Amino acid sequence: MRVIFWGTRGSLPSPINGHAVRRKIVNALVRGAAANLNTVAKAQAFCERELSFAEASTYGGNSACVQIDTGGPEYLVCDLGSGAREFSISALAKHGSGKPQTYHVLVSHVHWDHIMGFPFFVPAFIPGNRIRLYSCHPKLEQAIRAQNKEPCFPVEFSALASTIEFVPLEPGKAYEIAGATVTGMLQLHGNDSYGYRIEKDGKTVVYTTDSEHKPEDTAEMERAAAFFRDADLVIFDAMYSLAESISVKEDWGHSSNMLGVELCQMAGAKQLCLFHHEPVNDDARIDDILAETIRFEEITRSGVPLKVCAAYDGLVIDV
Amino acid sequence: MSGQSASWSDKDLGNAVLLSASGRIDLSNAETFKDALSNALSKAKKALILDLSGVDYISSAGLRALMIAFKAGKAEGKAFGIAALQPLLLEIFTISRFNLVFPLFDTVPQAVEKLAPNVGGTAT
Ligand SMILES: [Zn+2]
Ligand SMILES: [Zn+2]
Repeated sequence: MRVIFWGTRGSLPSPINGHAVRRKIVNALVRGAAANLNTVAKAQAFCERELSFAEASTYGGNSACVQIDTGGPEYLVCDLGSGAREFSISALAKHGSGKPQTYHVLVSHVHWDHIMGFPFFVPAFIPGNRIRLYSCHPKLEQAIRAQNKEPCFPVEFSALASTIEFVPLEPGKAYEIAGATVTGMLQLHGNDSYGYRIEKDGKTVVYTTDSEHKPEDTAEMERAAAFFRDADLVIFDAMYSLAESISVKEDWGHSSNMLGVELCQMAGAKQLCLFHHEPVNDDARIDDILAETIRFEEITRSGVPLKVCAAYDGLVIDV
Repeated sequence: MSGQSASWSDKDLGNAVLLSASGRIDLSNAETFKDALSNALSKAKKALILDLSGVDYISSAGLRALMIAFKAGKAEGKAFGIAALQPLLLEIFTISRFNLVFPLFDTVPQAVEKLAPNVGGTAT
């Protein structure tokens, strides 16, 4: 499977502004001043070699949308946050608008950051396309219909020309979707959310965002670890620090990088991807959090190493 | 008292209770560690001070036990301080950001001096 991240930010789209871009350019110019960067290739190599990710790029600001390419002809995507707009444009660019496609969408829950891309999901406007919206969350249809409605949006749901179907899922039950096997799990989050375990050809991706874990609750930790068991990739809500998530932001419904490591270690998972980044954290901050998480994994490693990365808009991971 | 892979004991310092722990505090013993902290806190007049110099690892569950004692201390008007973290433990406190929550001290005497001075205070 190939996992393509179109939106990785939590809670609210958080685009980088011009001042921050300027600071990056100024820093890069100063850092490269002595390096005779007079060709694009030299400049690219310098960025690659000498600059940190935060200095040379950005984690991006779109809210949750993760495409899972299962190798089949139909699309599979988790959540339709603001990243869904770019995902839909790329899909249309690939096929052209004249060739109808099928889009399978797994929705974690209906908080706005996870569905706000739907009104701008271009394939929904085009006749012939088939869009199947799946969720264990009982209010998916209600929320999607309410979003495409005056006075918040001028195009009514009923005016969308594609074929749109709502498919309720039951947690704990395995479904065949877009050539993969998908199982949902209830997560601790305000108004509930659901994680999805996606399996195909012996490989497993777990999409688990907007999920709080209570470190003292052994049964819950073990239940989560069983859901992550032997996964090749766990896309994990690491919005807060551990201290925040068990003090001032306790019961806010999100988790931390450290619990991601602990749960993946319990589960024997192979790779942890930090996801649903806190909007307050700038690129340098997320770089630091990633470095600390890698270090924490080293400190706590007892068996096979767990690979750790931080999601960014545009990241592609093959499992 | 102890859990599976850690042990601890407390000592009356007059105004403060000093709880010294060693070993590894994790999901397997965090609950009993939490009870030990609560028990030590109830005995403390002014402050609960933890000597963690013997602790070589603490997991999220152990950190949460500390958080609960810290909150309880606040509610009872008692100070809470952590002393003598090994470098690795200090790293874990930093990564978790608990270094920003708990008052940390390099040594136990420094913690006592700051949080519960006049220890054993039979002034002459
Ligand atoms: Zn969210
Ligand atoms: Zn949410």
